[in-house]
Amino acid sequence: MSLAIKDDEVDIVIGALRSDLTTFMNEWRPMFSRFHLIIVKDPDLKEELKIPEGFNLDVYGKPDIDQVVGSSTSILFSGYSCRYFGYLVSRKKYIISVDDDCLPARDPKGFLVDAVAQHIRNLTNPATPFFFNTLYDPYAEGADFVRGYPFSLRGGVKCALSCGLWLNLADHDAPTQALKARQRNSRYVDAVMTVPAGSLIPISGINIAFEREAVGPALVPALKLAGEGKCRWETMEDIWSGLCVKVVCDHLGLGVKTGLPYIWRTDRGDPIASLKKEWEGVKLMEEVIPFFQSVRLPREATTVEECIVEVANAVKERLGSMDPVFARASKAMLDWIKLWQSVGSSSSRSSAV
Amino acid sequence: MATVSPTPLLKDELDIVIPTIRNLDFLEMWRPFFQPYHLIIVQDGDPTKTIKVPEGFDYELYNRNDINRILGPKASCISFKDSACRCFGYMVSKKKYIYTIDDDCFVAKDPSGKDINALEQHIQNLLSPSTPFFFNTLYDPYRSGADFVRGYPFSLREGVPTAVSHGLWLNIPDYDAPTQLVKPLERNTRYVDAIMTIPKGTLFPMCGMNLAFNRELIGPAMYFGLMGDGQPIGRYDDMWAGWCTKVICDHLGWGVKTGLPYIWHSKASNPFVNLKKEYKGIYWQEELIPFFQSVALPKDCTTVQKCYIEISKQVKAKLGKVDDYFNKLADAMVTWIEAWDELNPSGNISAKIPNGASK
Repeated sequence: MSLAIKDDEVDIVIGALRSDLTTFMNEWRPMFSRFHLIIVKDPDLKEELKIPEGFNLDVYGKPDIDQVVGSSTSILFSGYSCRYFGYLVSRKKYIISVDDDCLPARDPKGFLVDAVAQHIRNLTNPATPFFFNTLYDPYAEGADFVRGYPFSLRGGVKCALSCGLWLNLADHDAPTQALKARQRNSRYVDAVMTVPAGSLIPISGINIAFEREAVGPALVPALKLAGEGKCRWETMEDIWSGLCVKVVCDHLGLGVKTGLPYIWRTDRGDPIASLKKEWEGVKLMEEVIPFFQSVRLPREATTVEECIVEVANAVKERLGSMDPVFARASKAMLDWIKLWQSVGSSSSRSSAV
Repeated sequence: MATVSPTPLLKDELDIVIPTIRNLDFLEMWRPFFQPYHLIIVQDGDPTKTIKVPEGFDYELYNRNDINRILGPKASCISFKDSACRCFGYMVSKKKYIYTIDDDCFVAKDPSGKDINALEQHIQNLLSPSTPFFFNTLYDPYRSGADFVRGYPFSLREGVPTAVSHGLWLNIPDYDAPTQLVKPLERNTRYVDAIMTIPKGTLFPMCGMNLAFNRELIGPAMYFGLMGDGQPIGRYDDMWAGWCTKVICDHLGWGVKTGLPYIWHSKASNPFVNLKKEYKGIYWQEELIPFFQSVALPKDCTTVQKCYIEISKQVKAKLGKVDDYFNKLADAMVTWIEAWDELNPSGNISAKIPNGASK
């Protein structure tokens, strides 16, 4: 059922927050080497990148970012958000992105998980957001729709985003990880499922893939915490971006999947130290979630760009006065759309609403 | 670090309801797990047949004569020649929780080879909260070894009461007849080690083979409809109950979980027989789903019974024109509630409609 895709339809985009990518690239070599890679160096990173030989890749750093988007807008791409520059300059249909402190995981049988292949499978098989299938992914081998699943919904819709998970260091927030210092995620849940339409989910940027041509502009580098740092515990940019994508996908009838593949996230950082910085993010979520749950997009918004502009305006109107971070996020979203239209490749097709 | 406390047995608070028309041999395999509990056997089909219950179980058994005697004219709402009759068991139970299982379901093994105590897992599911307002990507956050992920708002981390625990099946999957015909050999071998809350506003096809629920919370919504003898449809009983239940749970702010535990489903029913039963349902479903997706319950429906009666009115108004069956079903839904209240007069659980995160 899945579409066969060609290797040259995929870009693997890596945001480099650490300079030595040798182990990372070598461990991922079996899965990455067929594809073109875009490596974007965090503009704040001073050291030279160390990248092993044998990959087909392009590396971008601060000078490139400044040149393409201008130094005033380049602020959008610092820290973890540097990867969004890669999304902007990519010309491929699909993008897969993992954090640079993640390695391939092993499944319960001990085999290395090819996260790239799984993400591609997720994106090229339909999603089923309008009714929950209790056997999870109906297109998986050995599975199907269960009794009671309406036949008219079995064709599914395009899957625009695939959210993977993490073994070892799961993506908990700082308070949780500080409280459960030794907890590591060892549970391998062998399922992919579509997140139902109308339901929001915290999309972690650690291990994602998406169809750039369908939803590229919706992954917005917008929410920058005042104390944003270089650990995931000190960021919320991906959570914000994911909420935008989900709202847009729900509006345009596109699907979002979650579950496999797993990657192995290495231990790094100190949650207690991060706690001070991330507390801001934790508090903001209390406003952010009700906002996204209630945002409504007009029928006239039929492209991803139009949808994001609507969301950005709603953010300014309803959240702008609550905290300056929201007013900045709104502006960043609008700047991003302008950039996408001028620098990005042909924008997404209009989807019938 | 807190140790995981053992799951309470709840042996005086839970009834196991089993519909049967054949025999109860399967109980032998479940004995280690079921023996502490009281069973309610609902015998379908010929009431003159004697169904032997294995020694050592504490049970009450009802056949069709008993159902007619106890409910009088209201017995018309209980299906005959269909496992939907099991909901009579829910009605006569006096316990807080119900676990229902089919008589062709056996103990499954987890990937390590250990026998799965399905009932214990259901109890854990029911006793821990649900999280319907925001999806946790690591699934059940209350399970040992898991938690909420980054970005999950703290104000939603307490969760809401769990009304339903929907378990799954290894071996023979719960497919509809067309799928069974196309894939007669497919077996579910995938053990998905997760429990998750089905988000608010999302419908799902509930299966009654391996199901537990908080009877005090949601019991009156678990009516399995008019199926079997004299009815134009079968194999939609549990799904009907599931859609009504989910709409009501969404309205009253309770959760529905799906996933673990697995049981081993051993008997594949005849797909040609199933096709005849399901045939009309396959078409009607296309009307039913939009219907349930758009049911709006008014704020003054603060009890399950009030919600259910309101749904029955909307069934009559909107589905009556699809087929006269739905007029009869709507009437039966009202009869069911009347019978429920007669047999369970102690009062309704009134739920404060949560302000919560709106949809």
